[in-house]
Amino acid sequence: MIGKPISRVDGPEKVTGQAKYAAEFNVPDLTYGVVVSSTITKGTITRIDTSKALALDGVLEVFTHKNRPKTAWFDMSYKDQDSPPGSPFRPLHNDQVKYNGQPIALVVAETFEVARYAATLVEIDYDPEPCETDLLKHLHEARDPKSGVANLFKPLPPKPRGDSAAAYANAPVSMSARYIHGMQHHNPMEMFATTVEYGRNGHLTIYDKTQGATNSQLYVTQAFNLSFDQVRVISPYVGGGFGSGLRPQYQLFLAVMAARALERSVRVSLTRQQMWSFGHRPATVQNIRLAANADGTLAAVEHEAIAETSQFEDYTETVVNWTGKLYDCANSTLSYKVKSLDMYSPLDMRAPGGVTGVHAIECAIDELAYNAGIDPLDFRFKNYSEKDWTEKDKPFSSKELRACFTQGAERFGWSNRTPEPRSMRRGHTLIGWGMATGIWDANQVPARAEAVLTVNGKLRVSSATADIGTGTYTIMTQIAAELLGMPLENVIFRLGDTDMPLAPIQGGSWTAATVGSAVKVTCEALAKKLFKLARKMPGSPLASADFTDVFFANSHIRLRRDPSVAVPLQAIVDQNGGRAISETGTSLPNMLKQKDYSRSAHAAAFVEVEVDEDFGTVVVTRAVSAVAAGRILNPKTARSQIIGGMVWGISSALQEESVMDHRYGRYMNQNLAEYHIPVCADVRDLDVIFVEEVDDIVNPLGVKGVGEVGLVAMPAAIANAVFHATGKRIHDLPIQLDRLL
Amino acid sequence: MLTETLPVANAPDALPATRPIELTINGKKRQFRLAPWTTLLDALREYANLTGTKKGCDHGQCGACTVLIDGKRVNACLTLAVMHEDHTITTIEGLADSATGQFHPLQQAFIDHDAFQCGYCTPGQICSAVGMLNEGKVENKADQIRELMSGNLCRCGAYPHIVDAIQEVMNKDR
Repeated sequence: MIGKPISRVDGPEKVTGQAKYAAEFNVPDLTYGVVVSSTITKGTITRIDTSKALALDGVLEVFTHKNRPKTAWFDMSYKDQDSPPGSPFRPLHNDQVKYNGQPIALVVAETFEVARYAATLVEIDYDPEPCETDLLKHLHEARDPKSGVANLFKPLPPKPRGDSAAAYANAPVSMSARYIHGMQHHNPMEMFATTVEYGRNGHLTIYDKTQGATNSQLYVTQAFNLSFDQVRVISPYVGGGFGSGLRPQYQLFLAVMAARALERSVRVSLTRQQMWSFGHRPATVQNIRLAANADGTLAAVEHEAIAETSQFEDYTETVVNWTGKLYDCANSTLSYKVKSLDMYSPLDMRAPGGVTGVHAIECAIDELAYNAGIDPLDFRFKNYSEKDWTEKDKPFSSKELRACFTQGAERFGWSNRTPEPRSMRRGHTLIGWGMATGIWDANQVPARAEAVLTVNGKLRVSSATADIGTGTYTIMTQIAAELLGMPLENVIFRLGDTDMPLAPIQGGSWTAATVGSAVKVTCEALAKKLFKLARKMPGSPLASADFTDVFFANSHIRLRRDPSVAVPLQAIVDQNGGRAISETGTSLPNMLKQKDYSRSAHAAAFVEVEVDEDFGTVVVTRAVSAVAAGRILNPKTARSQIIGGMVWGISSALQEESVMDHRYGRYMNQNLAEYHIPVCADVRDLDVIFVEEVDDIVNPLGVKGVGEVGLVAMPAAIANAVFHATGKRIHDLPIQLDRLL
Repeated sequence: MLTETLPVANAPDALPATRPIELTINGKKRQFRLAPWTTLLDALREYANLTGTKKGCDHGQCGACTVLIDGKRVNACLTLAVMHEDHTITTIEGLADSATGQFHPLQQAFIDHDAFQCGYCTPGQICSAVGMLNEGKVENKADQIRELMSGNLCRCGAYPHIVDAIQEVMNKDR
């Protein structure tokens, strides 16, 4: 079962509209909350008049900082599993406005229609103060970020080594450039929403849009001083996350607050505009200087990044370390700094830091290769790293990046490329071919799972993880089916419920490795338990067998040397008095095994663009991504993840950016018509290759997550293709027509 | 001092009353009491409990709420429920064969081609594809399908597989 391209097990629910998302649990007697957002960026609320709203029939309450119920006092109580160092934002905390779009009132009414209208009647006076939101104006104030637990998985740069400045000055070939990208917002198709069902004795059943039900539960219990048994969070389907659901968002807080105060069930859904009122990918400025020796080997690497953060938290991401992992240069200086601005804290967004840093370094490498007169692919072979100097020169647990280069180039037809810029045309349009490298972490963290052989002889496995479209339901079903030798239709995997065994937030491309390992150890434990019971059955044909003598197939335990000697799993349940047989298990990363290795997934992207110089338009006509990500559990869903990442790469390179009017600190394009993401017509021929990669160090399954690595190489590959087509190095993203004309 | 101006000038003291309306949804006549400014989308999701139709922007910019009104694809967020008493509304819940439960060919093709990931835009994509085929303008060419399906955003980036799924259904129909 593992490794087969089976169709998503949640497919039927998704194509029939039966899959229920957070705002779709229509619990009885539901009320509706609508959020009023601030229209200034910084200052004080001097007056809020809610009387007109409250006078409307059907309006139950308007919550503001003046009348909100008391919640926890200490900052610590508002921290979640993905909190950066600092003081988390508290909705309706006081009269201070810290960012534009901040929630400042929640109107709750019997119907959505009345709540939405009433929200327009809340009158607010502000005493505004000047705000600073423009990173480019404040680069000289950048500072080292505070470090915290978050840096465990998002390491800050290593200390410099060698003398990069001297090496740069003395080398025969060099380049230097500045790379800038603006802010981006996740914008999953489903807006953030929470439905709180207010139950007996104030018990809360919370349907939340989140990438971690347990994270939402933790946050609610701490902020509202509740016990875990008073709060159950359920999140079976998530309409896209991309990182936005890694932290509990403010609609969760507001919905719980209102439900408890009113003792009613409450739903709070954000509007699409309000999807710009919490985390984003931070605008980042990067300076790179590279130098090479005459033979094309790297002589010096300097990569500096400066990113924005909020005034209340030091959000960081790993931007420059990738450069060190990919290029093992003796003279390297990597640095990362932040600047606090009047905005909400940035938030991990698909391949956070990776897509930022790798875009810059892979464009820079392309430029250096051109300056050295070497084919960009050959240049990368020449400077291929065999160890990771950012992690004390550890070897890679596996790194089949060479195979990605070779197979990707072959499929794409790279050898037919003529290297001179502007040398390839198709009629009037310029053609450009570019390539770049991608890299992403292959982490594993602890998780738990439960496996139950039910009274009907079916296997039910669960873990409180998420499936944000990644295919978790499907691959966990496959793993469980394989281990207990059962047909897929007799295996059900459930997730997204805090009543299930603990799992971490779904992020960092670690779910397949993390929850997959938990499912594996749990199913293996259940298998042993079943075998013990089978052996004890009266007249058991397996009575004298050891566990190593048997295997599980077709819902039977069978003897290896004679598979016709078997005990049906159903018979074990019957023998157990008709009672289900269950086992829970915990998987922990094998630190002893992992600690000596640097662990990453790799990819190479090859891209063709068509550029119409008259209009400054760029179209990605075809692209090939070759990916080395260990064992692929399901090539069908994995391919979709890589293709999705490639589409994000097209978006990042050519389309999406949240544009702010820095005079007001306010976004100018906070809607899906003006915040451009690819539509169907923007996406042409995308191809994916999974190269063979065996890794018995990363985790017991040998799997590396594929949710992010497909995106990382694409923006640089596209920018490099644009250079090849036009001869213009466009260092800033997105490459829209104003930058190209 | 900065005062927020009310977006609705001369706001009325009382809201217009709700009124009874009857809608024909997925072959069934259903009665509701709705405020006259209730969108068809909110009527479906909040009053008819048909949450298969999704809200992705509420502004006609994403296509997640696409339903079929008399066979034509329409953004349910851009039209009011009260305007459709004389029409036949089909949502994702009504696409499968009601007698046999057999999926619409597009539903099956979307599963077979993995034409979705998170699934949130999927009902809108499928309804839009049904509407596009009803329009009869599209030959079975990928670039045409891409163009005519560009009113439905998919943030997961499932577009290539969506096009494959639609092409397969068109091939079978020949």
